[in-house]
Amino acid sequence: MSETASQARICVQVRLFASYREAAGTNRLETPLPAGARVRDLVELLAARLPAVKTAPGMVAVNHTYVNPDVELHDGDEVALIPPVSGGRF
Amino acid sequence: MFKIVDGPIEGIDLEHEVRTDADGAVIVFRGVARRYSRGRDVVHLEYEAYAEMAEKVMRQIADEIKSRWPVSGVAIVHRTGVLEIGQASVAIAVAAPHRGEAFEAAQYAIDRLKQIVPIWKKEVWSDGSQWIGWEHEAQVHPSTNVLLQTDVSQGR
Repeated sequence: MSETASQARICVQVRLFASYREAAGTNRLETPLPAGARVRDLVELLAARLPAVKTAPGMVAVNHTYVNPDVELHDGDEVALIPPVSGGRF
Repeated sequence: MFKIVDGPIEGIDLEHEVRTDADGAVIVFRGVARRYSRGRDVVHLEYEAYAEMAEKVMRQIADEIKSRWPVSGVAIVHRTGVLEIGQASVAIAVAAPHRGEAFEAAQYAIDRLKQIVPIWKKEVWSDGSQWIGWEHEAQVHPSTNVLLQTDVSQGR
């Protein structure tokens, strides 16, 4: 990361589903972040608005692939917060 | 065929999608909406999907199956929206030369689908509703459980 990039901002598209969507009242958020932000930074930021992200933690996908919290985000990434999936028993 | 469908799936001919002349077994599994769940009467179910990703992860499951068992075809279709009792939410077809691997692969497909495919089920009762998480399912296939975080319990 260059010195100028540390001042820069990126913007990611957040997709919300199921319990997270209902708690947020929307299925999409456009979220600005400092350049170099990681998945965990975004989750922390969103947890302030969406406590369920912490109380019922799920997984995170970036551009349709599950990732771990250390992955760095880039401008234009689609980040999905995946609440615990369907479960139950047939 | 790996598809999220916003309508009934009972009429989709999945056997035709998977069977080849080398196959001696075709398994078609359908999961259907059940009236009773954990002591409550279900009025209907609602399914929501992250469709673009769900179809991709279904393909990944088929790849996992083909790396483990000698199956010739796998197809998975899942429905979204409101389902009445008795309607199918998911259909999975597996074709293989012999029945043993076909049964095992079909079982793996539905267990794995419930672990990692981004689809959510809401149970709607006469007096409320709830999104259902994976409290029962997290340890079904521990050897392939790499995508699941260790701390995924819902705490309820």
